[in-house]
Amino acid sequence: MASLILMPALSPTMTEGTLARWVKKAGDAVSAGDVIAEIETDKATMEVEAVDEGVIGKTLVDEGTQNIAVNTPIAVLLAEGEDASAADDVVRSSDPAVGAPVAIETPSDPAITEAPEVAQAEDDRDWGETSEITVRQALRDAMAAELRRDEDVFLIGEEVAQYQGAYKISQGLLEEFGDKRVIDTPITEHGFTGMAVGAALTGLKPIVEFMTMNFSLQAVDHIINSAAKTLYMSGGQMGCPIVFRGPNGAEARVGAQHSQCFASWYAHIPGLKVVAPWSAADAKGLLRAAIRDPNPVIVLENEILYGQKFPCPVDEDFILPIGRAKIEREGTDVTLVAFSIMVGVALEAAAILADEGISAEVINLRSIRPLDTETIVRSVKKTNRIVSVEEGWPVAGIGAEICTVAVEQAFDWLDAPPARVCGLDLPMPYAANLEKLALPKPEWVVDAVRKQLRD
Amino acid sequence: MDETPSASGRSNGPALSPETMKRAYRDMLLVRRFEEKAGQLYGMGLIGGFCHLYIGQEAVVVGIGLNMKQGDKSITSYRDHGQMLVAGMTPRGVMAELTGRSGGYSHGKGGSMHMFSREKEFYGGHGIVGAQVALGTGLAFANKYRGTDEVSIVYFGEGASAQGQVYESFNLAALHKLPCIYVIENNRYGMGTSIERASASKDLSRNGEPWGIASRKVDGMDIFAVHEAAQEAMEYCRSGKGPFLLEMETYRYRGHSMSDPAKYRQRAEVEEMRRTRDPIETLKAEMLRSGIEESVFKDIETDVKAIVADATEFAQTSPEPDVSELWTDILVEA
Repeated sequence: MASLILMPALSPTMTEGTLARWVKKAGDAVSAGDVIAEIETDKATMEVEAVDEGVIGKTLVDEGTQNIAVNTPIAVLLAEGEDASAADDVVRSSDPAVGAPVAIETPSDPAITEAPEVAQAEDDRDWGETSEITVRQALRDAMAAELRRDEDVFLIGEEVAQYQGAYKISQGLLEEFGDKRVIDTPITEHGFTGMAVGAALTGLKPIVEFMTMNFSLQAVDHIINSAAKTLYMSGGQMGCPIVFRGPNGAEARVGAQHSQCFASWYAHIPGLKVVAPWSAADAKGLLRAAIRDPNPVIVLENEILYGQKFPCPVDEDFILPIGRAKIEREGTDVTLVAFSIMVGVALEAAAILADEGISAEVINLRSIRPLDTETIVRSVKKTNRIVSVEEGWPVAGIGAEICTVAVEQAFDWLDAPPARVCGLDLPMPYAANLEKLALPKPEWVVDAVRKQLRD
Repeated sequence: MDETPSASGRSNGPALSPETMKRAYRDMLLVRRFEEKAGQLYGMGLIGGFCHLYIGQEAVVVGIGLNMKQGDKSITSYRDHGQMLVAGMTPRGVMAELTGRSGGYSHGKGGSMHMFSREKEFYGGHGIVGAQVALGTGLAFANKYRGTDEVSIVYFGEGASAQGQVYESFNLAALHKLPCIYVIENNRYGMGTSIERASASKDLSRNGEPWGIASRKVDGMDIFAVHEAAQEAMEYCRSGKGPFLLEMETYRYRGHSMSDPAKYRQRAEVEEMRRTRDPIETLKAEMLRSGIEESVFKDIETDVKAIVADATEFAQTSPEPDVSELWTDILVEA
């Protein structure tokens, strides 16, 4: 049957073009792939190829015609055995609506532009007896417990096996689980992260250790483009159960490339979860939850905390929910929101403030994404003031997000503008005195609170 | 073994049974007709964004597909429609994804470059050049971890062969003896840059040598040659010897994507390839020589056209995804 050849769109943006030249004329036989015409678009001159075989019955626009809209009929293609009269028939019966581009409607319903509420169940479970262990021990125990529990879990990274971990987090794991499940890699973050993500797409559950999170930048494409987006791009078919963990934030005297916080980087990405433990209990409970989570989870540890001791539940089933903050200290005058090592700074500040008769509530976020906005907002409605405390840089940081949440959801309860305490907006210096000046300390938090109460 | 010369006069591998040749012819023709139709729908504005067609390279994916068995995994970049059809994904589901409809493999949320099928062990459909090489190495890692004899087929272009992670992957695969077949589809042009202008390595089949990776350079326009090389690579990988590298010398007839004015090559070069090396015509000539009748081709053509027409109809009538799809599949409910 005769068919129309339409003015094609030859680029994602083309809406019209000029028919520069007919390469085939009426009466010419064409087969699929033959160039039939040349068209000038807004960008370039392109060739139009036939997609079916047949004979050109008639051309409908002249060479040199400009501004021909996409989908305008430009020629008639006759099938085998048809004569030129069939060309006129098909032109007459053509419906101008056929082949028109589909208009995509922009949703105007506000329900569509806002994310659904994330269900956040309070976890108040009392886990009973505790013992004092280091954060290092807590992380190790979490991995050992999950490696024992699930054969699909394995640990991969630089120096995780024979060396027992660059920071001794994986001590003893090679002995217990063997080199099939505790795997040393060459120094090749891009490669081994991609490999681990590929394995996770098949359903295995890798724990990828970055010697420090600074090196995760070598692999950031796989974390963001491969791990976080595949579930969505596959229409829900292919999840990526994987953990990326390692020390994050400032270390001591190691200079600008080894001292920085990536919380804001990873928290920005839909499809990722991000947790940042402070205490040993946080470390154990959150890492276990991260390993069991069917999604990619970033676990931001802190080198300076590795050796610190905290009470941690001894219950073998101990685990914490991702997405829930913890109120570490109750108060009534101001809310201090912090994560990772800054929880300690906030608690110190709260102690100083208490001496001055100011009661500060300290929230340990535990989870950066999803963020427990419910706990933050409830606290602000009680204290009427909020100061966020983070080690990372101020611009587009986690503090900016927290202050926005307070303004958007508790504006009428605020007695002072929300404030941020952050690391200074500069690369980390090496010199001891300068480094000390660059990082938040309790006094900065105390000053921020005093200013809020004074104003 | 009967070494029948192919249409282009070269002896390119052992003969295939009539049934295998018919299957290969049908699969190659399906890919071609499907892609021609996709190009047409793009021109009509029914497919948006980027759309990279596989036309010209059909023998590569079909020849390798002849040697795959249940459980073998495959992964590629964004020139992926051929891989999906050969993996057994339905033309309807693929075409409807191209048009961004709910009947597409990703419910319209992936598009031309991002489709997956857990059932058919097809792992995408990736938009970042070279990323699929490390991911595919991970598929092979998973095969070995689980103790199967399944193989992972990792397709990438000669353009991707300049990416650092390709060689990180080679190192890892060779260290762990992973059952991974790396297939370089050397179609001579990485977008508009010819291989001569992009690679100091003149023989890509040797790019795995520092890691001791076994390899072959293959006439990727000849299904017989592809089949034979794939067979060797599969046996090698399945027996636990480690990765294998195949450089397929092939050619794409169409532009890099739909918006490519193709100023970097002469039209005569494309026409010469089509006339003398076309993988479908080469196989057809061989089949005719072996005594298969002309009517067989007519039947296959009719069958393939009907499949593509059905997919096209489906892709235009399947509704757009419901707006509720916007917020699904971001995270798996824990």
